[in-house]
Amino acid sequence: MSAPNLIVAAAPHLKDRDTTPRIMWTVAASLVPVLLTSMFFFGVSAFLVVLAATFGALLTEKWLGRPRSLRDGSAMITGLLLGLSLPPGIPMWMAFLGGFFGIAFGKAIWGGLGQNGFNPALIGRAFLQTAFPVAITTWPKAGGDFFALKGDLFAFPFMSAAPHAVTSATPLGLFKFEKQLTPIVDLVLGTTGGSTGETSAVVILLCGAFLAWKGYLNWRSPVSIFVSVFVVGYLLHFINPGRAPDGFFQLFSGGLMLGAVYMATDMVTVPTTNKGRWIFGSAVGALVVIIRVYGGLPEGVMYAILIMNAFTPLINRVTHPTVFGTVKLKEAK
Amino acid sequence: MAFFGFQHGVHPPEEKGLTSGLPIRRMPYPDEIILPLRQHAGKPATLCVKVGDYVERGDPVGHADGYMSVPIHASAAGTVSAIDLWPHPDGSYAQAVHIKVDKYALQAARPRLVPQWEGLSTEQVVKAVQNAGVVGLGGAAFPTHVKLAPPKDYAVHTLIINGAECEPYLTSDHRTMVEYPERVHFGCRVMMHTLGVAKAVIGVEKNKPDAIEALERTKPKDLDITILPMTVKYPQGAEKMLIHAVTGVEVPSGKLPVSVGVVVQNVGSLAAIAEVFDTGLPLLERIVTVTGHGLKRPANLIVPVGTKMKDLLAYCDGVTPDAAEVIIGGPMMGQSLANLDAPVIKGTTGVVVLTTDQVRGEQVYPCIHCGRCLEACPVFLNPSWLGDLARIKRYDEMAENHLADCMLCGSCSYVCPSNIPLSQLFQASKVALRRQQQAGAA
Repeated sequence: MSAPNLIVAAAPHLKDRDTTPRIMWTVAASLVPVLLTSMFFFGVSAFLVVLAATFGALLTEKWLGRPRSLRDGSAMITGLLLGLSLPPGIPMWMAFLGGFFGIAFGKAIWGGLGQNGFNPALIGRAFLQTAFPVAITTWPKAGGDFFALKGDLFAFPFMSAAPHAVTSATPLGLFKFEKQLTPIVDLVLGTTGGSTGETSAVVILLCGAFLAWKGYLNWRSPVSIFVSVFVVGYLLHFINPGRAPDGFFQLFSGGLMLGAVYMATDMVTVPTTNKGRWIFGSAVGALVVIIRVYGGLPEGVMYAILIMNAFTPLINRVTHPTVFGTVKLKEAK
Repeated sequence: MAFFGFQHGVHPPEEKGLTSGLPIRRMPYPDEIILPLRQHAGKPATLCVKVGDYVERGDPVGHADGYMSVPIHASAAGTVSAIDLWPHPDGSYAQAVHIKVDKYALQAARPRLVPQWEGLSTEQVVKAVQNAGVVGLGGAAFPTHVKLAPPKDYAVHTLIINGAECEPYLTSDHRTMVEYPERVHFGCRVMMHTLGVAKAVIGVEKNKPDAIEALERTKPKDLDITILPMTVKYPQGAEKMLIHAVTGVEVPSGKLPVSVGVVVQNVGSLAAIAEVFDTGLPLLERIVTVTGHGLKRPANLIVPVGTKMKDLLAYCDGVTPDAAEVIIGGPMMGQSLANLDAPVIKGTTGVVVLTTDQVRGEQVYPCIHCGRCLEACPVFLNPSWLGDLARIKRYDEMAENHLADCMLCGSCSYVCPSNIPLSQLFQASKVALRRQQQAGAA
């Protein structure tokens, strides 16, 4: 027998086939149906906004990230999610800038993948919300010609005049400022005004279910958010029906689905323990409803998740399971 | 006894089908036998032969050095040709006795008295088992006679027999249970008698229905032996996991199983005890699973202790061209072999040959805090956090975070999508911590 060249390594010698890039690219791929649905409602504008945001995120990752970090696919997810959380009529340069800001200040300066405390896509969006409050709350109407631009998409940076598009308020805005309730069927199907990817609950839930089945998404955070939003929503509704809409409306309106399924499940910025995920999700759900009902803004998903991101290390610390064989020790003492 | 499994754990591909249906066959005696004097936990044996001596099969070549030691016996008749430092399967070099096997010897052991266990006191049984060189055949090679005489201040109520064999690929315990169930039961009888316990439980993973059936069929009527089918999960066969599955009790952190009144023994070791009180022969050979996708003809073999890995693999028609790693033991906790001249020792449960596309890649990604390692760890540690501490060499802080409870099962490294060598880091950290403590004490 000829002597083969042997590898010598420490145990274990086997490895599960899932890798970080595989998880990240699968999550990114699962956002494609969401984008397609969005294009169905908002036409080519949705695609252009997501493209600009993704381009911004990827270029920044290439520029500021660690060598070859583009391959792990995480910047792709950030770009897609940011694009999907913006209104489809926002100028492309703003979306691009959001992608840059999200990666540069939400991820790269912390040390890249795995080191950031806050969701990079939401950091990018929060920046845009502060910097361009008008553009990011200008919601074009769904439907119409596929190739008709929904806003001043190709506006030159810092030069844009007032938006020209036909706008409509989001269901949450309608309720908050005009006390108008949008029918639940429209919310579920997504035929309402809103952000690029904030519209069809059904598609997002299906994509989330696929990821959960693959084991790439921990179902505990989204489920606890749903339950919490529903319960807290109805609680406030019964206290003050004029001010707070019912739980179903809360559940299917705004960015809740996208946030719960894709942003509150970002492995890096949510707790690692299952118990922690329940706590995280419940708190996010409660915060969302509270911000929506009592806050100045009609939507609260972004800030709710960002606030709870800050609590992730603490939640991790207090929810760590008891080490095997130490329960009895404590009793004995 | 709420459930017959434990929380967490992983499901690596079992791959036991390669050998689980193959009957145990005897491997012919090789030309040369190499017997390291260190084959068990505890003190190595002390040499008692010199170059040129002729030894019969079963003659000692090394005596036990104190209580925490066992003798080493010649596994074949022949002439002592050399005594030198030789590659040990653990990667080091150790003092070893070379025996040039006598091709014309009958390989029959000298006539000997078979100890009558019924009439012997505990001390006499312990002595007989020690003299026979029996150690735990599950891999750790802990001297068996020490387990037969647990400290007097603990009351032992249950003997637990480990037939889980949760490591992927390995089937030596499985085949032992299928083909020699009477020996397992006989060994169990001797151990129960010596320990003075009335109850024994044999834990077998459910993926071995034929083993469970064989043990049930041959179960002695007069003994309280339960055969417990357990969840198929890695590391079900880890001592503390097994005890938890059988009794529902968690062995306290840092304590031995005897502190909760149980003694755990591997099925292969029971068969070896049975051999001692059946034929009077010491431990001369063991059942080894030689397998893997990198091996041409996988087999379950009775191998004389001291057979070189090279000869063993050659007997199995050698390795395939894409063979990449030879592992002693299972692929989750076994050690990879650098030198095929190293011999099979008493603790060698199996030899697994992995192919190039099975071995772990080199590309490591940053931790994404997915929490899979927390879900996998059978003792509820936070491997992700411990891994961060290991990389910045904060071993004291690791110790505070229960590094000592880590049994290096490798589940965390197995599931990590970023391919971070967590278990490997912990193994190194344990060594570093021990050195630090020794330096502090000195």
